[in-house]
Amino acid sequence: MAEIRKAEGIGDWFDQRLATKKLTKVLMTEYWIPKNINFLWAMGVVLVVLFTILIISGIFLLMYYKPDVKLAFDSVNYTIMQEVEYGWLWRHMHGVAASAIFLVIYIHMFTGIYYGSYKKGREMIWLTGMALFGMFSAEAFSGYMLPWGQMSYWAAQVITNLFGGIPVIGDALVIWIRGDFAVADPTLTRFFMLHVLLLPLVIIVLIVVHFYSLRIPHVNNQESEDIDFDKESDKYLAGNKKESKVVPFWPVFLSKDFFVSGAFLVFYFYLTFYHFDFAMDPINFEPANPMKTPAHIYPEWYFLWSYEVLRGFFFDVGPMAAMDIGLAAFGFANVIFMVFPFLDRDPNVAPAHRRPKFKIWFWLLLIDMIVLTVYGKLPPMGINTYIGFVAAVSFILLFVALPFITKCDAKHTGGVK
Amino acid sequence: MRELKILGVVIFFTLVVYIGVEPFAHSQMHPHVAPANFNFQEESIDYATEEVKKAEEKLDEAKSNNKNVEIAENQLKADKKLLDSTTTFWNEIAKIDLSKGDATKGAETFMNAGCVGCHGIKSQGMPSPMDDATASASFGVVPPDLSTAGKLYDGTFLAALIKDPVKALKVEHKFSETKPHPMPQFFGLGGDMNQELADIVAYLKSIAPKTLKDEEVFENACQRCHDIKYAKRFSNTEKGALANYMGSTPPDLSMMIRSKGKDYLQTFINNPQKQLHGTAMPRVGLTKESQEQVINFLEDTGDRKKEERESLGMKVVGFMIIFTILAYLWKVKIWREVH
Ligand code: HEC
Ligand code: HEC
Ligand code: HEM
Repeated sequence: MAEIRKAEGIGDWFDQRLATKKLTKVLMTEYWIPKNINFLWAMGVVLVVLFTILIISGIFLLMYYKPDVKLAFDSVNYTIMQEVEYGWLWRHMHGVAASAIFLVIYIHMFTGIYYGSYKKGREMIWLTGMALFGMFSAEAFSGYMLPWGQMSYWAAQVITNLFGGIPVIGDALVIWIRGDFAVADPTLTRFFMLHVLLLPLVIIVLIVVHFYSLRIPHVNNQESEDIDFDKESDKYLAGNKKESKVVPFWPVFLSKDFFVSGAFLVFYFYLTFYHFDFAMDPINFEPANPMKTPAHIYPEWYFLWSYEVLRGFFFDVGPMAAMDIGLAAFGFANVIFMVFPFLDRDPNVAPAHRRPKFKIWFWLLLIDMIVLTVYGKLPPMGINTYIGFVAAVSFILLFVALPFITKCDAKHTGGVK
Repeated sequence: MRELKILGVVIFFTLVVYIGVEPFAHSQMHPHVAPANFNFQEESIDYATEEVKKAEEKLDEAKSNNKNVEIAENQLKADKKLLDSTTTFWNEIAKIDLSKGDATKGAETFMNAGCVGCHGIKSQGMPSPMDDATASASFGVVPPDLSTAGKLYDGTFLAALIKDPVKALKVEHKFSETKPHPMPQFFGLGGDMNQELADIVAYLKSIAPKTLKDEEVFENACQRCHDIKYAKRFSNTEKGALANYMGSTPPDLSMMIRSKGKDYLQTFINNPQKQLHGTAMPRVGLTKESQEQVINFLEDTGDRKKEERESLGMKVVGFMIIFTILAYLWKVKIWREVH
C-alpha cells in the first residue's frame, strides 16, 4: 500500500493515486524521438487527428441516422443534411475525413517502406499498421453502405459477391455475410453495427497496440541511423539539447506535428466545404434501386488499385476461369503487404535512396499502384483492359521479385551502414 | 529545403492520382455533349445530324470488324430518315411568323382546336375537364393546366408542339401511327394553318403571367410526372398509369442537384435524348429563363444549405490558417532550443 500524505494540490492528489507524473514522463516528456526526421513522421499524428474527427462527427450523425432500408436514405439526405442544424457539416466532415484518412495512410505506409521502418525490431509496428489498414478498409466499406444510395447498394452487391468465389463454402458464406440472399435490410443493419460498434472498438485497440509497439524499437529516422537512445536522452536531460540526437515527444516533437496537422487541416477543410465530390460520390445521392444497375460501378478511390488487380485478369487460362484468377490475385494483393517485412531479405535498415535496386523497385511499385488506381475506375473497354492486365501482373511480379532484389542489394552493398 | 522537396513529391503523386480518378476518369465515363441550345430548331437538327454521324462511325467500325454490319446499316438508315423528317418539320415551323399572331383570334382558335377537351386553363375560369384519376387512366399522364404555358415554353416550340407533339417532344422512338401520342396533332381549322398556330401561341402568351416563382415553374412543367418529396410536392398523375405510360416510374427529383449536378441538368432538361439516349422523358421545351428557374428550385430543394456551407467554409479555413501560423511560430520557438 502506497503512503498517502495530505496532498499539496490537485496534481499531487492525483499523482499519489495514479502516478501521473511518472506517466507523463513515460508517455510524453521522456518518450524519445530522433531529431533527424521530416514532416512525413507527422503523418501518424495527422491520422490520430483525422480519426478523432471521424469519431466526433460520427457520434453526431448517429443521433439521427436510421439503419433501415426504408428510412436510411432520407434520414441522411433530408433529416441530417437539411433539417438538423449543421447536420450537413457533420456529414461532409465525416465523408471527407474518411477519404482523406486513406490518403494519409498511404503516405504513412509508403514512408515506412521508403525508410525501411518495418524491420529489425519494427515488424510489430508494421503488422499492427497493416491490421489497422485492413480494419479501416472494412470500416470505410461498411460506412459507405449506410446512406443506402445507388453506389452503396451496388458496391455492396459486387463486393459481397466476391466471397462467392471462395471454393466450397463460397455460396453459403455470401448468404451468411449478407444475412439474406441478396443485399437487403438485414445486410444494412449488420453493417451498421460493424461500422459504429465493433470495428471502431477494434481500431481503437489496434491504435493503442500500434503505439505501444513503437516503444521498444523507437521510430526510425531519415538516415536510418541506429541511435543509442539511452545515451542520447541522458545528454538531452543533462542540458546538451543541441548536441543530443533525440527530442522528447512533448513538447518538441508534437510542436512540429501541430504545425503539420494544422496545415493538413487547412487542406482538409477546404475539401470539406468546397470540393467534396471526390469523397461523396454524386451517384450515391440517388436512392438505392435494385432494379436499376448504374452504368459504371466502382469502389471509392482508395480501393481502386486492388479492385483493378481483381478485374485485370479478364480471360480464362486453361481450366481456370478469369474470375477465379482475378479473385486469387485480389487475395494476394490484400495480404502481401502484411508480410512485407519478411519479403525484404536485406537485414539492414536504410532509406531507399541508399539501396540501389530497392530504390527502383520502390518507385515502380508506387507508379504501378497509381496506374492500377486510375485504370480501376476507367470503364474496362479496349486498350484499358490490357493496361489493367499488365499493371496487375506487374504488381504480382514486383512482389515475387522483392526477396531477390533485396538479397542482391544486401550482397552488393555488403550490408548498408 | 529537403522537406520542401519531399512535399513536392507527395503533392505531385497525390495530384496525379486525383486527376486520374476524378476529371480524367469522369471525362471517359461521361462523354462530352454540346451545351444546351434554346433555339429548338437548331438543337433538333444538330442533334439528328450528330446521331447520323455516330451511326456512320458505328457502321465503319462494324465493317472493319465484320460484325453486326446489318444492324449498323439499319441504324444508319433509321437515323438518316429521322434527320430528314426532323429537318423538313422544323423548316415548316420556321415559316410560321409568330409576330403576326393575334391573341383575340387565338382564343377562338384555341377553343375550336379542342385543347380544352383535355387541358384546363384555371386562370381563365376553365378547370380541367377530367379529374386526375380519369385523366391518368385515359392518357397515362394528367395533361397540364395551360395557364402558364405561354410563359414556360418557347414560342416556336409551342407552335411545333401543337403541330406535332411527337416531333417537338422528341419521343419518335416511343410513338407511332399504331401507338399514337395521347395529345393529337393539330391539322388546322381550314384557314391558314400557320396563322392559326401563331394565333394560338399569341393567345397562350397573352394569358400567361409575367413572372412565375421557381416552384411554380416546376409545378407546371415537371410535376405531372415527377415527385419531389423534400419539397413536399407530389405528382398528380396516378403512379401505376404513369409507369405504364412512361415504361418506368419517373424518379423523385429531390436530390437530383447533388446526384447529377447543374451542368448535366442544363443539357438534360434542354434535350433529354442527348444525355440519355432513348429515354422516355420528353423534351419539355422550357425557355432559358424557365430552365434556370427549375434548376434553382432543384438546388433550393436538394442543396438548401449551399450558402451556409460556403460562408461557413471561409471562416473555418481562415481559422485553420491562423492556427497553423501560430503553431508554426510555436514550433520555431521550441526547436530553437534543440537545433
Ligand atoms: C386528347 C387530349 C389532348 C388534347 C386535345 C391536347 N392535349 Fe396537350 N397534352 C395532352 C397530354 C396527355 C399531354 C402530356 C403529354 C406528356 O407529357 O407526355 C399534353 C401536353 C401539353 C403541353 C405540355 C408539353 C410540354 O412541353 O411539356 C402543352 C403546352 C399542351 N399540351 C398544349 C396543348 C394545346 C395548345 C392543345 C390544343 C391545340 C392541346 N394541348 C391539345 C393531351 C392533350
Ligand atoms: C412526361 C413525363 C415527364 C415530364 C413532364 C418530365 N419528366 Fe423528367 N423524367 C421522366 C422519366 C420517365 C424519366 C426517367 C428517364 C429514364 O430513366 O430513362 C425522367 C428522368 C428525369 C431525370 C433523371 C435523368 C437521369 O439521368 O436519370 C431528371 C433530372 C428529370 N427527369 C428532370 C425533369 C425536369 C426538371 C422536368 C421539368 C422541367 C421533367 N423532368 C419533366 C418523365 C418526365
Ligand atoms: C489510423 C491508423 C494509424 C494511426 C493512427 C497511426 C499512427 C502512428 C503514429 C502516431 C506513429 C508514430 C509517428 C510516425 O511515424 O508517424 C506511427 C508509426 C508507424 N506506423 Fe502508423 N498509424 C496508423 C496506420 C498505419 C498503417 C496502415 C501502417 C502500414 C502498414 C502503419 C505503419 C507505421 C510504421 C511502419 C510506423 C513507424 C514509422 C517509423 O518508425 O519511422 N501505420 N503510426
